[in-house]
Amino acid sequence: MRPGNGPDSELTVSGMDSRHDTRRVDVLIVGAGLPGLALAVALKQALGTSFDVMAVDPALTPEGRARRRRDPRALAIVAAARRLLETIGVWERFAENAQPILDMVVTDSRLTDTVRPVFLTFAGDVEPGEPFAHMVENRDLLAALNAQAEAAGVVLRADSVAGFEPGPFWATASLASGLRMAARVVVAADGAHSRLRELAGIDVVAWTYPQSAIVTTVAHERDHGGRAIEHFLPAGPFAILPLTGRRSSIVWTEDAAEAVRIAALPEAEFHAELERRFGLELGDISVVGPRQAYPLRFSLARRFVGERLALVGDAAHVIHPIAGQGLNMGLRDVAALAETIAEAARLGLDPGGREALARYQRWRRFDTATMGAVTDGLNRLFSNRSAALKLVRDFGLGVVDRLPALKALFIREAAGLVGEVPRLLRGEPL
Amino acid sequence: MGLKPKWAGSTVDDREIAQFSARAADWWDESGPLRMLHRLNPLRIAYIRDHAAALFGRDPRRVDCLAGLRLLDIGCGGGILSEPLARLGAAVVGIDPGADAIAAARAHAALSGVAVDYRITTVEEMADASERFDIVLAMEVVEHVTDLDLFIHRAAATVKPGGLMIAATINRTLKSFALAIVAAEYVLGWVPRGTHRWDRLVTPDELERAFEGGGLETIDGVGVVFDPFAGAWRRSDDMDVNYMMAARRPA
Repeated sequence: MRPGNGPDSELTVSGMDSRHDTRRVDVLIVGAGLPGLALAVALKQALGTSFDVMAVDPALTPEGRARRRRDPRALAIVAAARRLLETIGVWERFAENAQPILDMVVTDSRLTDTVRPVFLTFAGDVEPGEPFAHMVENRDLLAALNAQAEAAGVVLRADSVAGFEPGPFWATASLASGLRMAARVVVAADGAHSRLRELAGIDVVAWTYPQSAIVTTVAHERDHGGRAIEHFLPAGPFAILPLTGRRSSIVWTEDAAEAVRIAALPEAEFHAELERRFGLELGDISVVGPRQAYPLRFSLARRFVGERLALVGDAAHVIHPIAGQGLNMGLRDVAALAETIAEAARLGLDPGGREALARYQRWRRFDTATMGAVTDGLNRLFSNRSAALKLVRDFGLGVVDRLPALKALFIREAAGLVGEVPRLLRGEPL
Repeated sequence: MGLKPKWAGSTVDDREIAQFSARAADWWDESGPLRMLHRLNPLRIAYIRDHAAALFGRDPRRVDCLAGLRLLDIGCGGGILSEPLARLGAAVVGIDPGADAIAAARAHAALSGVAVDYRITTVEEMADASERFDIVLAMEVVEHVTDLDLFIHRAAATVKPGGLMIAATINRTLKSFALAIVAAEYVLGWVPRGTHRWDRLVTPDELERAFEGGGLETIDGVGVVFDPFAGAWRRSDDMDVNYMMAARRPA
């Protein structure tokens, strides 16, 4: 659907501002991170050459790209999110660097416990032969999405949004470079501190947890066998997540001040603190990547849509990373929004119209608020030092462990395969 | 509204035109008097698109799947069907005897940047002028004309050999009297009062015979029902109230 498909149609038309031209696209995505790029690729592949998609992000400069390559974070991609990445042809670009999680062990313990009681195991496939999740390094996924976006014909531009003005037919976004863009839908995929969300006047409910997560990568002597381990230590969860080639990603939650202190320790002392928590099961360990502390926050936008505007990913919601659901939620947004926009466009209807956007919001907001409440509750339950609570959680999760049907539901829920599932998450093309 | 063209020898009913022209400004208001028509739109468009794609060998997933096809939208009103079909690539001629509706349609198309050829005229004049189309639509129109057989006969004359005609209307049953007139116009206020006259409603058999009289063969018929829980229209086997029919002219 070329906007303005009349006889006088031109991609560039004179805007009302005489100093600048206004360039028209169908969809403008602000933020070329994981959800923004995935959305761009899905839309472009589904709707073809006559449907224009542009993604802008200041990090698309050469320096920004170099910074992204030093990102120490890794992600758990659950089955539904993996199906989406497979369907849009991104998965095959880095599949050899994806480590399947074959087994998940949760322990509840104090730092001084020599034996940590295992009270929940998640050995599970969502379908026979389909692992519950894979571990992927951020930079690999981002590079693959970037390459796929270029191959699909998405216009990528190093720029940021400075103004946003919705109208009855188009929304206009002014970019920092001075370019004015008109789009039928503008998507805020610019992260937790979304500038576009702020420009549109959408408030968030937000708080900061008194915790930060230290993230780094370690290499170890013995093979992890695809096992993910989560120790619920008194300060918060300490997760050991398997990566390819005898490496693991560490997500280590501490009280905020302590996290800053630990992250800044000299190498030998950092190593000692790490080893105390990591345990000895995998033999000698060494830190092989940069380390960084990330403050943990919760935020939920009051609305996921505005006039000619849709929010996806962290711009819409940031949840506690305890259940590893952050990006997976973002990709659920992507799948629902891509399907909503594609359906409208294939009917010649306005993809940024009120009906289409309302449908996206109905689809996503309930799910997100629920997931946010569950992860927040889990964190409060597991971060508390009370002995009584420890009894409750031992007992509660012990029951879950003994009921196969309930556990299977937990696994499928965590894998994103419960509820009205968008096509891309089922592994079907749009 | 004072200027009302007289359509001598046509199937147009002047009183019906006045009814629709009075709300030219409301045509594009998704929550206005025509909100149920807006909600019906995705279903109507999908039906037209899918039949056209099947008949002309197009991929309905392409956003230009109607490219190169000439389409006539009879009784186009404010253009809420013409515009989306033009966006899908069809060369659309939208006709309506109501000058106010055509003015509203033209104004909207100019703002949304879609090219549609809107004309204040009737299908009889189009047929007389030997205009021919790949697709001819009479959506929510046949229940408003004075002579169904004559109207369909003239409309069918504008369908090219191998072309498609689609009509959507309301069946003449007790159920439709209860739902489409009493409930929709008087109780729920879904459509303005006086929109439909029960004696003008058309049964699927009558429509099929009219198609036949115009040299068309009926290829499909489907009911359309409102699902109050989903708040949306959907296709159904039940053709007692709203329904759509597709016919083709043999090549």
